[in-house]
Amino acid sequence: MDFLNTHLLTTILFFPVLTAMIVWILPSDQVKAIRWTAFGGSLIAFIFSVYLWMNFDPNLAGYQFEEQYIWYEAIHSTFHVGIDGLSLTMVILTTLLTPLAILASFGIVDRVKAYMMLFLFLETGMLGVFLAADLIIFFVFWEIGLVPMYFLINQWGNPKGERELWGGIKISSRNYASLKFMVYTMAGSLGLLLAIQLLGVLFRNYDLVYLTQRWTSLDPNGTLMGVSTATVKTIVFWAFVIAFALKVPVWPFHTWLPDAHTEAPTAGSMILAGVLLKLGAYGFLRLVLPLFPEQSAQYAGWMAFLATMAIVFGAFAAYGQTDFKKLVAYSSVNHMGFVLLGIAAAATKIGTEDATIALNGAVLQMFNHGLSAAGMFFLVGVIYERTHTRNLEDFGGLFPLVPVYGGILIFTSMASLGLPGLNGFVSEFLVVRGSFPLLPIYTSIAIIGLFFTGAYILKGIRKVLHGPLNEHWAHGEHKLTEINLREIIVMAPLMALMLYIGIWPTGLLDVINKAMSALF
Amino acid sequence: MQFPVISIIVFAPLVAAIIMLLMKEEAKNEIRVVALTTAVFDLILSAWVYFQVYMNPTMEYQFVEKVDWLPALGISYHVGVDGISTPLVLLTGIVMFTGVLISWGIDDRPREFFAFMFLLAGGVFGVFVSLDLFLLFFFYEIAVFPMYLLISIWGWKVTREYAAMKLTLYLFLGSVFALVGALAMYFTNYQLNGVLTFDMLEIEKAGFSAQFQYIWFLPVFFGFAILGGIFPFHNWSPDGHVAAPTAVSMFHAGVLMKLGAFAALRVGIMLLPEGAKQWAWLVFGFAMVNVVYGAFIAFIQKDMKYVIGFSSVSHMGLVALGFSTLTADGITGASLQMFSHGIMTALFFAATGMVYDRAHTRQIPELGGMVKYLPWVAITFIIGALVSMGMPGFSGFVAEFPIFMGVWQVSPIAAIIASISIVITAAYILLVVRKVFYGEVPEHFEGHITPISILDKIALATLVIFMVALGTMPFLMVPMVQEGVNNVLRILGGA
Repeated sequence: MDFLNTHLLTTILFFPVLTAMIVWILPSDQVKAIRWTAFGGSLIAFIFSVYLWMNFDPNLAGYQFEEQYIWYEAIHSTFHVGIDGLSLTMVILTTLLTPLAILASFGIVDRVKAYMMLFLFLETGMLGVFLAADLIIFFVFWEIGLVPMYFLINQWGNPKGERELWGGIKISSRNYASLKFMVYTMAGSLGLLLAIQLLGVLFRNYDLVYLTQRWTSLDPNGTLMGVSTATVKTIVFWAFVIAFALKVPVWPFHTWLPDAHTEAPTAGSMILAGVLLKLGAYGFLRLVLPLFPEQSAQYAGWMAFLATMAIVFGAFAAYGQTDFKKLVAYSSVNHMGFVLLGIAAAATKIGTEDATIALNGAVLQMFNHGLSAAGMFFLVGVIYERTHTRNLEDFGGLFPLVPVYGGILIFTSMASLGLPGLNGFVSEFLVVRGSFPLLPIYTSIAIIGLFFTGAYILKGIRKVLHGPLNEHWAHGEHKLTEINLREIIVMAPLMALMLYIGIWPTGLLDVINKAMSALF
Repeated sequence: MQFPVISIIVFAPLVAAIIMLLMKEEAKNEIRVVALTTAVFDLILSAWVYFQVYMNPTMEYQFVEKVDWLPALGISYHVGVDGISTPLVLLTGIVMFTGVLISWGIDDRPREFFAFMFLLAGGVFGVFVSLDLFLLFFFYEIAVFPMYLLISIWGWKVTREYAAMKLTLYLFLGSVFALVGALAMYFTNYQLNGVLTFDMLEIEKAGFSAQFQYIWFLPVFFGFAILGGIFPFHNWSPDGHVAAPTAVSMFHAGVLMKLGAFAALRVGIMLLPEGAKQWAWLVFGFAMVNVVYGAFIAFIQKDMKYVIGFSSVSHMGLVALGFSTLTADGITGASLQMFSHGIMTALFFAATGMVYDRAHTRQIPELGGMVKYLPWVAITFIIGALVSMGMPGFSGFVAEFPIFMGVWQVSPIAAIIASISIVITAAYILLVVRKVFYGEVPEHFEGHITPISILDKIALATLVIFMVALGTMPFLMVPMVQEGVNNVLRILGGA
């Protein structure tokens, strides 16, 4: 127990890798053993993080459970991990969604071992970003997470479909989508890498706390490398912002997302929407706001503009889709827009009460969207697995055939829509409440955007569950089967949390609020 | 006197070469066993040396042996290792071991093949440990000469004569220039201090005038750097890679190119530090061309081996770039890059060789879907690709990051331009991965692609282990390299 208390974060971080190693040793044909080992390993990581949650003291400012090891002395980077209320929320989300996603992928039969190993590596990559207290470590895990996701889309994605590139070259859709995902993120990371190097050359240190302190206390009228400090800061600011905006994704950098989602396997989509998108928003909160308070305030209007565009266009685009999965994918753009709106609004007057409320809303929205997006993608996957189509026109009137599935779908959709009493309402309300005094016009437009959120979600429900029954699914070999127990088990924790946070958000909000007050 | 472990490492391959040449030609398996035994022996010894230096990293040379050879001319047999050369000795051991494993199937005169390869390996070990200028040249030529035979006899039939000739002429030309520079140092040292000596530790202290260093730095540095593939003298290298048989390509790109970069550092920068400071801008400029232009050229190649050949030009450019910054970060990164690139490119050539042996083509558009038949090759190649892209968690990142930090200190604009090469590298290497290992399998390959042997798997796995180990645990190598770099910085006057 003593070891666990002093090494809790590294245990959580590397437990998935350890599990992957065990999976690797298992014989490839023991599919069942592989599945259960992977599931069990990720579940243990979740149990550890619940233990972490219980031992976490929200009243302390700064990092807790810190661990620091020698890693790369020559560039003064240490393996430094720590946790505060912000990262704790994200760690819980990640460790919760991963076992569920693994459970959701029990239907995978093709190269199960490689699939499960990639999934576990992915979990470590994501956790590393949230736990890092050193800029290099942050970047290392930021990039590492890309690789498993690329292969999950590329190898286990939807095998059908073709896309034409410029020059008339034809490639399969999943190749196209995975490549686009990779290229977008790498293009963003390149600026991030250069910016990190610049910081490292200036301060000879990568520790986040130290860096923030030194970087923000630079003389604004001085010069760095022959250029005025303000200019350098602005350039570095944008390098960070673009890298994270691509990941969130913010309009107009969002086009990789619907492609990646439509091609990814169900569990891949769950993690992609549930956790990977949060990495970008987390980057804003952990790095951009603390490192660049003046620049953030200066350009907050721009960020709010992009966020509003994401909310409005995301909703419109979602409404216009005929592919169920694309509808959910665009809804992510819409919902993540609220996260960015909250961050942008807070950036205008950091430290005020309104700003803190907006930030609370943004972080809670990250958590909530993680739950509802993962749930929605899973439900799309459930019906796709049975019907092999995602075209909304092919469904219709399925409610009487699959009442349980229908009920779950409506529940999750309502959470996503922001029905009071469920989780989405709380966070969206907080964002709007915090942002309105700071950015009234953008917030007003965003609220109007919420109306369209309702429209597309209802459209999804209507097309699938209501209306005239498509007889094709009613009889014979195509008869639609009800959601099975394993699938209900995947959904149950998500739904319980949606309800719990909707009714009693205080527990989580308390941690987030204290973290936000301490950070800003 | 201590156990002469360095000498044993250097001479074991040479002795083994002679033993093999004395064996019967028909005894192919016995010859292979001798080769493998020697390679394992050398790998263990170099790992032991590495471990000793790791436990006790110092600025001074360790495992030093010194015996007078031709005292009248001031030539001595003087060897030792420091933090920069120790990883390179280990690298040579690794490449030699894996090279033997994947050449197991060579059926055309294996006796001569392994004998020449070991002659080459002995020469390479010798250069890395030499502390005497004459000895360094002696081993340098031993390393270059067997290359000619290995390529022209066992190489790719289409271009082997041309490539072997081109390679040898380039390298001899370079070494002639460097030799003239070395003689100039020898005699000037005599004039200044009245001692005839080739000992590099003595010449270090000679106190050459700035003018002298200014003149002689260029021929010495570039003379060696040709072998490191520096622009505009990089031309021999892709041709040589392509024509060479697999194991020789591994040696060539994995170790031999480091020989050039290492000698350019040891003789050029460390003996003529003032010259290095004067000319750093020129080296920097050429290296920038290497890095960016090499990546672009690699991007448009159709032949797998040419892609890797030009990617070596690009990556070795980063080594020269790191040296030319003359900063602690830059030189540390460059030293790590030598090791990382050595392992990575050896893996690339090994994998390419395995594909070529089965598909009989290296044309990227003609290949496809190899992952089905050669999963090991595909996975290890992908890991190599990640290293080459500088993906964090692998050795390439650990090496390139400090190089870029060094470049930032010299010129922020150059750092931004050089970063373009990362994008291009990612583009071409992913293209190769996608086209060769994934996608449709051309029909005529069905049933012709045989699985690789267990020896090949061991070789690939060994290389991957080192790339991942350095990438995730840089503290296993960095402290010793830092000590070596401190020594260089001391000579450069704390610059």
